[in-house]
Amino acid sequence: MDASNYLYISALLFTIGAVGVVVRRNAIVVFMCIELMLNASNLSLVTFSRINGDLDGQVMAFFTMVVAACEVVVGLAIIVAIYRSRRSASVDDASLLKR
Amino acid sequence: MMQLALEVGQTAQPEAIMFWILGPMAVAAALGMLLVKKAVHSAILMAFVMIVLAIFYIAQDAVFLGIVQIVVYTGAVMMLFLFILMLVGVDSSDSLIETIPGLRPIAFTAAIGFGGLMVSLLGRATLGRDAIGLAAANADGNVEGIAMLLFSTYVFPFEVVSALLITAAMGAMVLAHQHRTTARPTQRQLSINRFRGASLGTAAGLPGPGVYARHNAVDVPALLPDGTPAPTSVNASLEARGDMLDYKSFDLAEVNTQIEEEK
Repeated sequence: MDASNYLYISALLFTIGAVGVVVRRNAIVVFMCIELMLNASNLSLVTFSRINGDLDGQVMAFFTMVVAACEVVVGLAIIVAIYRSRRSASVDDASLLKR
Repeated sequence: MMQLALEVGQTAQPEAIMFWILGPMAVAAALGMLLVKKAVHSAILMAFVMIVLAIFYIAQDAVFLGIVQIVVYTGAVMMLFLFILMLVGVDSSDSLIETIPGLRPIAFTAAIGFGGLMVSLLGRATLGRDAIGLAAANADGNVEGIAMLLFSTYVFPFEVVSALLITAAMGAMVLAHQHRTTARPTQRQLSINRFRGASLGTAAGLPGPGVYARHNAVDVPALLPDGTPAPTSVNASLEARGDMLDYKSFDLAEVNTQIEEEK
């Protein structure tokens, strides 16, 4: 088995995550799909680290994880704040600027 | 067959077996995330994908990242997601009707295009050499190797990221903060409200369920001193679910008070 097989899985997971962001409408599920995309890119970073034989890719994946953790904290706080004012976690209901 | 596979210069067989079992499962779970209706099921599938990715990291000699993936992602981030899901309403399942007409076909076409592009790109790209592997880089241990890089080459990004973490914590606090619109009621005010309220019956608090009733269970209303059942003693959500026992059968007037003689 070639190490690049992990890259195919990574590409597939990233694509699935992107579709999820567009198709799903529950804000939390959309957010989870963003996490899936970040995880997929982490997998390819780790695989490239193995292909190149140095640890830089792993350090970058580590930074991605930290940034993703920050993003989750702030994003979920925003979702809770929106839920408090609109009683809904659907991304379609936050359309105040449209009207 | 196995001999042939090893001859073409491929990586270790156990890893290949692991990959071909877990890889399709991860993709299936990710697809399931898109298709299931309930957000909680999506979260569980997502946790599964993350655990599979952690196994992939460990298989690729990234032991530290594999453990961090389990501790930080599956442990902290996904539990935070589940926590918020419980807060925002578990039963608010996503209706799968599309609001923007034609969105779904466009999304799937674009996804197939993008995925096909990525996969064909990866299939055509060649590195010109085999994968080096991390045996040399991990000679002193994976954690030590990463620490060496993190505190030398990447020390400035590391500090910036720590500032980012603190800012994110502050941001979450600011976003989650709520101002009181009314003054907090004082002890005195609460006491006055309790005694000048609609009835004095609840001045000492509501009766607990099962007190002096025939069963000592939470779904049985208490009996008041005059023998009538008190439906307010049962939790309102039990009542709403229809799990409260019919309290009319607990009225003392219905109960046979005749003492039977033991033989």
